[in-house]
Amino acid sequence: MNKKDPRFKSANKEAVIGLILVIVNFLMWFAFAYGPGSGAVENYKYIFGLPSWFFYSCIVTFIVMVLLVILAVKLFFKEVPLEDEQERGDGQ
Amino acid sequence: MKWGVLIPLVIFLAIIFLIGIWASKYVARTNSFIHEYFIGGRELGGFVLAMTMMATYASASSFIGGPGVAYTQGLGWVLLSMAQLPAGYFVLMILGKKFAILARKYNAVTLVDFLKGRYRSKWVVILSALSIIVFLFSAMAAQWVGGGIIIESLTGLPYSTALMIFALSVMVYVVIGGFRAVAVTDAVQGTAMFVGTLILLIATISAGGGIDNIISQLYAEDPGLISPFGADGTLTPLYVSSFWILVGIGVIGLPQISVRAMSYKSSKAMHRAIIIGTIVVGFIMLGMHLLGVFARPILPGIEHGDKVMPTLTLTVLPSWLAGIVLAAPMAAIMSTVDSLLILVSSAVVKDIYLNYIKPDAGNETVKKISLTVTTIIGVLVFLIALNPPDLIIWLNLFAFGGLEATFIWPVVLGLYWKRGNKYGAVLSMITGILSYILIHVYFPNPFGAHTVVLPVLFSLLAYVSGSLLIKPRHKEVCETT
Repeated sequence: MNKKDPRFKSANKEAVIGLILVIVNFLMWFAFAYGPGSGAVENYKYIFGLPSWFFYSCIVTFIVMVLLVILAVKLFFKEVPLEDEQERGDGQ
Repeated sequence: MKWGVLIPLVIFLAIIFLIGIWASKYVARTNSFIHEYFIGGRELGGFVLAMTMMATYASASSFIGGPGVAYTQGLGWVLLSMAQLPAGYFVLMILGKKFAILARKYNAVTLVDFLKGRYRSKWVVILSALSIIVFLFSAMAAQWVGGGIIIESLTGLPYSTALMIFALSVMVYVVIGGFRAVAVTDAVQGTAMFVGTLILLIATISAGGGIDNIISQLYAEDPGLISPFGADGTLTPLYVSSFWILVGIGVIGLPQISVRAMSYKSSKAMHRAIIIGTIVVGFIMLGMHLLGVFARPILPGIEHGDKVMPTLTLTVLPSWLAGIVLAAPMAAIMSTVDSLLILVSSAVVKDIYLNYIKPDAGNETVKKISLTVTTIIGVLVFLIALNPPDLIIWLNLFAFGGLEATFIWPVVLGLYWKRGNKYGAVLSMITGILSYILIHVYFPNPFGAHTVVLPVLFSLLAYVSGSLLIKPRHKEVCETT
């Protein structure tokens, strides 16, 4: 058995990217929600009719995450064959 | 009966049925039945992969239960629902190509096959197959009840007849078409869910007189409704954040989701699925829950949360459009139960029968057994859903978080930690499921966080200490570096 499959190196890197993305996602979501959202409701600012905490934590964070995911996939994700060379055609 | 509502539903069911017949041709033609029937020959493209992951994951709770809670709690519950966004990218990125490559190497068709290939332990196989059968069977029964209720409320037929219609439509395409039919119908159902959410969101905002107007009415009724803390102020940051484990990153431990991460045909398909999945999951979760909140000023005083979404649809949309939108929750339920049905069947046939009862069964025998087992499970679920016993309802409570705590570490650390071994895996699984049940029963939501948090931590500890303290007797070949 090949001890160090070169495909696993990029797979490991991609998993780390997934971890970083989820941390960024959580921090943005949390900071926007409980930062501006924690004050008194009568002092809320509104953007497109929505309370600003909600607009940033749910809508902006969602859009930013989609962009980051697209960037990460386009820049860092490698295309590799999934079958082993000799096992192509995977039958029973 | 409202025919305008029913016609789109009937057309929808007809399409699903045709996909079943189309997929059954692949099942008839293949020379490797097991691979075709339980994993679709590993041929899913990016769009179908993204849709089947999203649709399997989004169930009745996303379309009926969730909007109902959002109606009572306000924007704080929409915030909570956005913890589901990582389900769109995280699972595929973490399991990633390594999982897909190893699954091919081990010739794995189920999650249990993967664990068997990684740990080479009979106990890992038996424990994981049993927990899948017991918990997902119960989850399936609970979802079928939901499907029956939706058809009942749309047609006015008695519950038992409605359930029969639901059961038959699901069973026909799953039994004849297998995983390929499940995945492709999921793509259609997922599209219906996406379109339904979009239509209803636009119609609701316009019925409510614009977002400004809706929000100021909510504020006038109760300022808590537009704060992140919920109408009664009970949604603490810790409680809401703990849902990131339950419905976000923990999803990686759900067998019905992880099995999809071994079903795609190429790394290109996986890349596309990550992008599409993130957009679709985020939009549907945000849209459906926001709808629940926006429904409040339009339809004040709904007592039963589950009625919010159907009532809103029938109020703000003309009946023919309402039919299309109401196909969405039905699609959500169907796309969840079809995946569970084929998964439980694979656990019985592939993980138990072929491993321990008749390892040398030929292609034709396996085919006969698979079709029979899938049918029998379907009929059993139908009978149970007619009058669900308390035990099933009780077990269903653990199906989601319990399975996450059981599988997350044996799968993830099995991939990325080469010292992880079978002792760690067995300990982790037992610890995960037992601590989930005990904490749920005796000490629910400890320290204000959701029940799932501690069992996931405990099972991590169990995995690590089991792997470090007990040395395997034979030097195991470790292919995951």
